[in-house]
Amino acid sequence: MTENLTTTVSSKSQTVEISRNLPTVIIGERINPTGRKKLQAALEENNFTIVRQDALDQVAAGATILDVNAGIPDGDEPVLLKEAVRIVMEATDVPLCIDTADPDALSAALSIYEGKALVNSVNGEERSLGEMLPLVKEYGAAVIGLCMDDDGIPESPEKRLTVAAKIIERASKLGIGPEDIVIDPLVLTMGADHNAGRITLETTELVVKEFGVNITMGASNVSFGLPDRMHINAAFMAMAIHAGLTCPITNPLVTELTTAVLAADLAMGRDEWGTRWIEAFRSREKSD
Amino acid sequence: MSEIYEQIATGILEGNVPKIPELVQKALDEGLNANDILNDGLVVGMNEVGNRFKSGAMFIPEVLKSAKAMHAGQELLRSLLAASGAAQTGKIVLGTVQGDLHDIGKNLVGMMCEGAGFEVIDLGFNIEPEKFTEAIKKHQPNIVGMSALLTTTMRAMGYTIKAIEEAGLRDKVKVMVGGAPVDAEFAERIGADGYGHNAVSGAELAKKLVGAA
Repeated sequence: MTENLTTTVSSKSQTVEISRNLPTVIIGERINPTGRKKLQAALEENNFTIVRQDALDQVAAGATILDVNAGIPDGDEPVLLKEAVRIVMEATDVPLCIDTADPDALSAALSIYEGKALVNSVNGEERSLGEMLPLVKEYGAAVIGLCMDDDGIPESPEKRLTVAAKIIERASKLGIGPEDIVIDPLVLTMGADHNAGRITLETTELVVKEFGVNITMGASNVSFGLPDRMHINAAFMAMAIHAGLTCPITNPLVTELTTAVLAADLAMGRDEWGTRWIEAFRSREKSD
Repeated sequence: MSEIYEQIATGILEGNVPKIPELVQKALDEGLNANDILNDGLVVGMNEVGNRFKSGAMFIPEVLKSAKAMHAGQELLRSLLAASGAAQTGKIVLGTVQGDLHDIGKNLVGMMCEGAGFEVIDLGFNIEPEKFTEAIKKHQPNIVGMSALLTTTMRAMGYTIKAIEEAGLRDKVKVMVGGAPVDAEFAERIGADGYGHNAVSGAELAKKLVGAA
């Protein structure tokens, strides 16, 4: 078993450590216009009111890092992403996860970011590795690596591990250490393939065993197309944490999910005296 | 006689993959016409699957199981239908656009369109505009279907439609689009002929575009 690595990200005033020896870190996913027509329309008009509110709400709900994505079909992504990052830095103190596939947008956002950002993301595609990784190095950021490449998303856990290995190796050549790489094993829906969840869990275990790196995923995909999604998402979240997930990108406003994370942390022995679990219970009682 | 059609439709609705070929064979042995078995049995069942999915009474895994049963039935009828000269619903070329590697939704649309009687040519994912135009020339489909799952890749749908226009092929095919960030307004803006909200409505749209619905 490889040693568990610690990934450190920071804002101007806060440092967050991600590790399997610490409680799970929730990366708030809300600031993303995909599937959110209102946010998309607002960004089209250079209106960042929703972005600011999403930032405040998610931090209040327990997000310790915020993902910021400003990709809209006809928008100028470098300009929009930079402005969104500026607004969120102004509204909150948490570190940010800068979410784009466009090197120009990434460069623009990183150039004004204060602290050590998490970049979401690179994958095993040559174009992605060649254009994005040098920027991660230049700005001293940490980066999420997706287990897919020019041939798409591999079906088997072993092949996904190979993509993770390729990303870690290429990053290492540029002087980016494995502690600054967070691997996303990728979650497909069990609505289309009942093995999808198992493949993600096994990939997670393989990557953790081989490299000890931190693991992220957008865990809610797993239930697309199925009824009663929230129960599936909560159970899968807890199982993924057991497999090695350390920083899920998820919606902290959904109590079922944050509760599943807390319960999993408690079960993993990462919540001494059950303090965090009990605190969360009290705060839910109060809000009822 | 109509009893066996009902059994076939019910088998489709239940997604009974082993039973459908048996029932179809039984219908053929009784001397029923392949075209009628398709339209009065299999298609009736699949239409009901579509309705139930839309109303929220059935879910994607069930729809996929039904589509698989449908496929098993069609396999048995294929050679007979071809021999009788019964026309297929149409031909569709499908693909996820350039820069986008998501193919689950596109695959679901493909399965549902096959279930609706289309011949489906799936180009795969990350498909450049030129690959679409080449495929149109080669396969001469009635419809081109494009999928994109990212707000940043959906614009490639517009580029692909432009490429189809520039190749002088736009009046030869109908274009339908779909994917999480896509909506009807976007489809209209880029000059597509229609937008499908999910796999079932995608297949219905396809039928409408070829005048079969």
